Amino acid sequence: MKYILMDYVQEAGWPQLTRDEQIHWLGAYKAYMEAMTKAGVLKDSRGLEPTSATTTVRVRNEKTQVLDGPFADSKEQLGGFHIIEVADLDAAITWAARSPTALHGVVEVRPVIEGTWLTRNILDFVKPE
Amino acid sequence: MNSEGDSEARGTAEAVARRSYGKLVAFLAARTRDVAAAEDALSEAFAAALADWPRNGCPSNPEAWLLTVARRKAIDMHRGRLRHETAGEQLRVMAEGLDTAVAESEIPDQRLALMFACAHPAIDAGIRAPLILQVVLGLDAAMIASAFLTSSAAMGKRLVRAKDKIRQAGVPFRVPEREELPSRLDTVLESIYAAFAQGWSDPGGTDVVRRDLTEESLFLSRLVVEMLPQEPEALGLLALVLHAEARRGARRNTDGDYVPLAEQDPALWNWQMIEEAEALLLRASTLGSIGRYQLEAALQSAHVSRRRTGRANWAEVVQLYDALWAVSLSPVVAINRAVAIAELHGPKAALAAMPEIAADPRLLEYQPYWAAHAELLAKAGANDEARQAYDIAIGLERDVAVRRFLEQRQSALPR
Repeated sequence: MKYILMDYVQEAGWPQLTRDEQIHWLGAYKAYMEAMTKAGVLKDSRGLEPTSATTTVRVRNEKTQVLDGPFADSKEQLGGFHIIEVADLDAAITWAARSPTALHGVVEVRPVIEGTWLTRNILDFVKPE
Repeated sequence: MNSEGDSEARGTAEAVARRSYGKLVAFLAARTRDVAAAEDALSEAFAAALADWPRNGCPSNPEAWLLTVARRKAIDMHRGRLRHETAGEQLRVMAEGLDTAVAESEIPDQRLALMFACAHPAIDAGIRAPLILQVVLGLDAAMIASAFLTSSAAMGKRLVRAKDKIRQAGVPFRVPEREELPSRLDTVLESIYAAFAQGWSDPGGTDVVRRDLTEESLFLSRLVVEMLPQEPEALGLLALVLHAEARRGARRNTDGDYVPLAEQDPALWNWQMIEEAEALLLRASTLGSIGRYQLEAALQSAHVSRRRTGRANWAEVVQLYDALWAVSLSPVVAINRAVAIAELHGPKAALAAMPEIAADPRLLEYQPYWAAHAELLAKAGANDEARQAYDIAIGLERDVAVRRFLEQRQSALPR
């Protein structure tokens, strides 16, 4: 099964670290991703620019509303994600627990639907007749 | 269709349901992780059995018969639900070994793996025990809801949500590896203990649903011990349940009044169960890892031994409560420990050892706290305070017999 591991971290904490500490953390992330790659489980992985670079968009009453900032104002922010392919939830949890993020933030583990709406039959995802 | 064949078929189906329900659900759901579909297919298979068996006679291997029918039904249901080519893969997995597996007389027992899935840490802790009762034992949501004092609709919804989570999140059906077994086994034992505690709070067995839950938790803890005979805490839990069950008959007198342990007639205890519990506890102690269930069972054992020999062993009891407190930090343990301290050092020391409401406001609504508090105050001669504490304890108690018992204690206080 495919799972997304979403890293939620306190963005405000990063600038407060010393340069050496930052090097240490990024080294730890690199090692973590190398381990996932070696194990053949890593399918995709991205880091996100900070929420200060985020813009939210809605269309209401035929008007496009554009706002500065993220959708949800929370203590921790989504900082990046990995998509892994493993046998079951236990294996996904094991990889999540190895993430450096788990030491200071939260890793959210969520199953990913196989394929996309382009490649899947959408009738598989609606109520039975 | 004749009525004799009808009742024979019904009897056989009921016996198989009782013995093998969880085994069949576990086997059907193990690969697809779809517990709800397995339950639906199985219930259709039972309906088919009740139509077929009276006419054609009960099959020699009813479990295998039910399994074959259930798997065909599951495949039919999936065919109806899925229209895409991915359905092909699902169907192949389900049909795989359809005939070979059933031809074997032994259906592999994956109930323990099913229990580990239900008690997975990714499943909401409050629904684990109800989920196990439903999928392993086949109890319906209404019955489970009434035992857990909640509405049938709410319980049904939570059970459906938990089964969806198992399927969608890919919760594995398997007994965890050696290194993670102890912590994962904890959640399984905790769920069985929760079911046991629900049943135990109805000592008279007047409430049929809740009395059954003690039997069911005995069945489940025995099942875990059969499959993991070297796990000391599993042995401890079974010993604990057996000890409690052994004294059930003595907890009420012929008038239905509540009888506290100190006044129970040991001749009414089930000594066969007690002996079995003692042997299990002894075996657990040789496995070199103590835990809360062994300690609780050891306490039961100490109470039994005190009544059997007539020799006070309160120092030993307090020591066991100390150890239990260290592993559980539960206010319930602190209350029982204080009651034991009263026997050893008098009511004043016991009152000082009671947990404080300021530290845990839940105690305000906890009947055993007020009952124990009242008892200790009465022993210390603080009659007015005792009377007030009894009032609260009586107000919080829902068992009529226990309420009557507390009322008697209260009215015996000197004015």
